[in-house]
Amino acid sequence: MSTSSGNGTTRWRADVYVTLKPVVNDPQGLAIRDGLHMLGYNEVRAVRAGKFIQLWVEGDDSATAEERVTQMCDKLLANPVIEQYRFTLAADEANLSE
Amino acid sequence: MRFAVITFPGSNGDHDALKSIEMGLGQPVEPVWYRETDLSRFDCLLIPGGFSYGDYLRAGAIARFAPVMESVAEFARRGGPILGMCNGFQVLTEAGLLPGALLPNGSLQFRSMWVHARVERSDTPWTCKIDDGTVLTLPIAHGEGRYYADDETLERLEANGQVVFRYTDPQGHRDPEFNPNGSVNAIAGICNEARNVVGLMPHPERAFDALIGSDDGMKVLSSVLEAGLATAAG
Repeated sequence: MSTSSGNGTTRWRADVYVTLKPVVNDPQGLAIRDGLHMLGYNEVRAVRAGKFIQLWVEGDDSATAEERVTQMCDKLLANPVIEQYRFTLAADEANLSE
Repeated sequence: MRFAVITFPGSNGDHDALKSIEMGLGQPVEPVWYRETDLSRFDCLLIPGGFSYGDYLRAGAIARFAPVMESVAEFARRGGPILGMCNGFQVLTEAGLLPGALLPNGSLQFRSMWVHARVERSDTPWTCKIDDGTVLTLPIAHGEGRYYADDETLERLEANGQVVFRYTDPQGHRDPEFNPNGSVNAIAGICNEARNVVGLMPHPERAFDALIGSDDGMKVLSSVLEAGLATAAG
């Protein structure tokens, strides 16, 4: 299956990771850590929980797609007061999900 | 004084807000659907509690982009009184109309209970009829109410007197036992620098009659009537 449509645009998949800033207390992470300790995994020193969001976007080139996804993260996907984000971008061969 | 209750898909405190103004204050009030953009007929805005847009992503994150929010921001810029309660507070922080953010409760549990909130400042339109230090009994019902701001913002808030409500014990003393969600500095509610926009996690609109447990919320909601008169006279 081709990743390009007739007009030359490519479909990209962005894997976005949103996590709390290191200074923000993460009670969910603490609860997971305690659960792991209860299972005997005492080597676990710290756990931070976050969100994983996948986007399928169309764009002419990776630079444009990257710029657009950055804007999406800044405006909606992450709250800069409490969160930070990073993402990877790859041409989507599988053409998954509408 | 004409009140608007801004209503999003998933708001559930809108009728509480409408009733509190109709029955408690006897003032004209209308629900305003999130698609509306004309707020010119209103003197003040209430943003009610609930789970706008299912609280997906973050509480308030998606409501912030509803069409009505541009007009809400403009209303705020012009100095109009706005009160955000619970989800309304979350929406106002996400929209950048109030500083900081509301995180999941420290306990990771939804808290539905009565709390004590001390009024720290009477110099906002929503507290001007209440003496500083008054302890109000108000209900809370939220999973994401832990107020957070970075140290610099927090210092500025405290220095400017923007902390309007703080969780205390019934006598008005700060005590971690009486902080229901782990909010930093026991903050229950704040205002913007211009002081016309106030947000708080407790529900004044669910405490408008002793019959339902407390009428302390009326002190908050009725304050704006006096603030409005003061504006008109000034």
